[in-house]
Amino acid sequence: MLGLGKKDLTFLLIVLLLTLAAPILLNPFAEGSAMAQFNAGYPDLMQRIAIFAIFAVGFNILFGLTGYLSFGHAAFIGIGSYAMVWMLKLLTMNILPGLILATLMGGAFALLIGFVSLRRSGIYFSILTLAFAQMSFNMAYSVLTPITGGENGLGPALGDPRVLDAAAANGTIPEVNLFGLSMRATYELDLAGRVFQFNAGYYVCGLLSVFMFYLALRLFRSPFGMMLRAIKCNQHRLNYTGLHSRPYMLSAFVISGMYAGLAGGLMAAMDPLAGADRMQWQASGEVVLMVILGGVGTMLGPVLGAGFIKYCENIFSKINDHVLHEWFSIFPKWLENLLVTIVHPFVGQGWHLTLGVLFMLVVIFLPGGLIEGGQRIGRLIRRKPDAKGKAAATTPAE
Amino acid sequence: MDALILQTLNGLDKGSAYALIALGLTLIFGTLGVVNFAHGTLFMIGAFCAVTLQRLLSLSQVTIDPTKKDFLGNALKVKTPYIEAWFGKDAGAAIVNWSVPLSILLAIPVMLVVGFVMERGLIKHFYKRPHADQILVTFGLAIVLQEVIKYYFGANPIPTAAPTDFAGSIDFGVWMGFPPNDIIYPYWRMVYFLFSVVVIGAVFAFLQFTTFGMVVRAGMADRETVGLLGINIDRRFTIMFGIAAVVAGTAGAMYTPINSPAFTMGMNFLVLSFVVVVVGGMGSLPGAVLSGFLLGILESYASMNWIKDVIPGIDQIIIYVIAIIVLLTRPRGLMGRKGVMED
Amino acid sequence: MGILEVKGVNKRFGGLRALSDVNLSVQQNTCHAIIGPNGAGKSTLLNCLVGKLIPDTGSVLFDGQSVLGRKPHEINQMGISRVFQTPEIFAELTVLENVLIPCFAKRDGAYRLHAFETVAAERDINAQAEQMLRDVKMWEKRDMHAGSLSRGDKRRLEMAMCLSQRPKLLLLDEPTAGMARADTNNTIDLLKEIKGRGDITMVIIEHDMHVVFSLADRITVLAQGTPLVEDTPDNIKGHPKVKEAYLGEAAH
Repeated sequence: MLGLGKKDLTFLLIVLLLTLAAPILLNPFAEGSAMAQFNAGYPDLMQRIAIFAIFAVGFNILFGLTGYLSFGHAAFIGIGSYAMVWMLKLLTMNILPGLILATLMGGAFALLIGFVSLRRSGIYFSILTLAFAQMSFNMAYSVLTPITGGENGLGPALGDPRVLDAAAANGTIPEVNLFGLSMRATYELDLAGRVFQFNAGYYVCGLLSVFMFYLALRLFRSPFGMMLRAIKCNQHRLNYTGLHSRPYMLSAFVISGMYAGLAGGLMAAMDPLAGADRMQWQASGEVVLMVILGGVGTMLGPVLGAGFIKYCENIFSKINDHVLHEWFSIFPKWLENLLVTIVHPFVGQGWHLTLGVLFMLVVIFLPGGLIEGGQRIGRLIRRKPDAKGKAAATTPAE
Repeated sequence: MDALILQTLNGLDKGSAYALIALGLTLIFGTLGVVNFAHGTLFMIGAFCAVTLQRLLSLSQVTIDPTKKDFLGNALKVKTPYIEAWFGKDAGAAIVNWSVPLSILLAIPVMLVVGFVMERGLIKHFYKRPHADQILVTFGLAIVLQEVIKYYFGANPIPTAAPTDFAGSIDFGVWMGFPPNDIIYPYWRMVYFLFSVVVIGAVFAFLQFTTFGMVVRAGMADRETVGLLGINIDRRFTIMFGIAAVVAGTAGAMYTPINSPAFTMGMNFLVLSFVVVVVGGMGSLPGAVLSGFLLGILESYASMNWIKDVIPGIDQIIIYVIAIIVLLTRPRGLMGRKGVMED
Repeated sequence: MGILEVKGVNKRFGGLRALSDVNLSVQQNTCHAIIGPNGAGKSTLLNCLVGKLIPDTGSVLFDGQSVLGRKPHEINQMGISRVFQTPEIFAELTVLENVLIPCFAKRDGAYRLHAFETVAAERDINAQAEQMLRDVKMWEKRDMHAGSLSRGDKRRLEMAMCLSQRPKLLLLDEPTAGMARADTNNTIDLLKEIKGRGDITMVIIEHDMHVVFSLADRITVLAQGTPLVEDTPDNIKGHPKVKEAYLGEAAH
């Protein structure tokens, strides 16, 4: 079914179910309890996880399959965001045209940048993509201000034409919607102290990310995906086998650019403000990190990486000294203070430090990322019955 | 004409910084074969050595002067920097005033230690790993170092003054027969340019005229053969890493009066320095220096108003445009060697 | 007129004259060996045949079309496959995938965006690859990573990759270099069998005389960049010039 093998289909269905049930699964702790801060089941965070999962899955098509490390993919995020906001301004607050345009624009710019960058490989390719991204960023910040809003960013305003929408009755900017379904619409379910929020925006992001995941899965299993892996392996042999590696690479680059464009579009759809800082090299670095952390070249890795990083970012940023003292209060006072002092730089504002450390640790000790880590653990406990489920979850991702 | 000279001069100081960072990057790449994304961070750490020294020097002891009263009628508290207490008022004040150049003395040992620790502790393990892994791990390291600096010094730029002796500007145009106030150039920028010339000259002389340098150059050209001669090339390469770190660090320390140091400066310079290295030719030391100055000056030209009128925004992107053109037409860069980083 | 016509090819590297005035005519469905001492220009000649090097003067015609200046994938699509001196395979892919890729290249040409079909669904291609792997007796190893194969198996795999495209011309660059005797004999048997089908032309560069004399229909002896003699194996064996230039050296 769906052109997938039985194993892949099961895998996809599990991903779909997890996505649908995420608002419940990610909210395991009762509201108001001490652990409630570890809940992740609120719309804003889940949206971000889904969006970055799309971005990372797309990036993995390029980096994971072909081994070409782009350091400029954030440019496509930015372009997608701007495309989205312009559609919201000019056409309609319905996100569909924006999403389509964002994807196409991401692809178009990827075609342009890829055409030039792919004439070089290795570190030169990385630097060329980085140069293009920085160039886009600088231009968005300065000379293109009429289009990008420059430093202030770009967002829908009251006076925008929005030719497809009826004039707003009450002098406010209409809500971002999908055929009338507001992205902010949330159904709250109170169940034994746990509040579950089912948000329309999240389900749009989540279902789209499952769909994009499905497309990527097909691509991984296709002859095209096989050719991309062959490029990573031995481009020389591939050429002598009668295949032209350049258009294959360019296609992979454009496809991953379209994923990024779509992610950028969604970002702007959920929070209709597009800023140039989304294009900076830090943002490009972040997606590399997600893919590496999860597991390069695996199916599930980038999703895990995106989820892990966005979740930790959210949690770590919320932890302050007060929380730390609470945690360590079981220790003697001097030890409590010492522990707080040690941990303090890594939490709150220091999240990026943790991120950097994590990044280094993964590259040094676990180049295969979380997926490889899971497999290693799985191998260790293979004889235990628990291992069976784990192995099943990781094998389709190979 | 005078505008052109002015812009050339203006480009020199940025070009100097590019050249110094690119030189270190190339040294590390040429010797260790490692693409070091944390090199800009070394520049930044050097800059914060200057900040640290300035802060250390302004540490004061508080004494109570019973002979004077403050406006509340209490005995006046007088802050005297320790340095003035120890060396006398004039000498102490002079030392504080000269804290930026003096910070080189602090930066050298600090950078050597940082460099050695980095190389022995981390980069050593990545010689045999793919370049992508090297990029990633040094990128991670750059984030970590950057965040550590941010943690201790805050996110805002910290103004760091040059010695008052160099505070003014020189009327450069008068020397060349232009009317006064036509070409004005701050003294400190000139100092920075001269400093970079000296450092670059020293590095080249070191490589050219010492036995150590000769071995390193031989090792850059053909590591295996040199290894077969029974020369411990790795240890020398470690030292070269330290030297590259010192070059970047002192460059950063001296740059502080031109641009107030902030924790992001390293990465901003790094991206540009990589472009510089690629334009100059990966692995070519003269190429790195040449293209550093070239791009610095071209960037400065591009910020001239009449050029900006013709091509808006060109000053923001000129370096990248040049890099893209060079990479496409001369993939090895201006002075690159064959076979470097060509997979 | 042969399927491969090399006419008046010259190639210099600086002061070194690697090939001077090489003429070669390879008849269809024969096996043509090129032998010669080290530095005779064999590899240079081969590289000229696959477009890796462009001769200074002269022409190389395959099937009446020039191959000069064409990219490797174009030359392959013309029907020329190449076996390298050290096996070039996709080490991180499975043995089966290694053979599937050339099958796809043969059917779909140099590029096709087939990102939405699964590999498994391509029954014809899979059957073709299976047949090929069974022919070279590697079907049992189909799920192994190609990089973990023995050297002999890697060579066989590479040969299978080339043959699966049913090339008109197969170029073999020292196909038994560094092989054990048993592997060499297996390779000879394999090549003989392929040759026996009578639909493939082979050009082989080889040091091992055993291999050359078991396979070749004609032999060209290259020395110092010029063809010395071209004749049948039997005549070459007794040729005094060849003995002097080559066999004498090898007989030590």
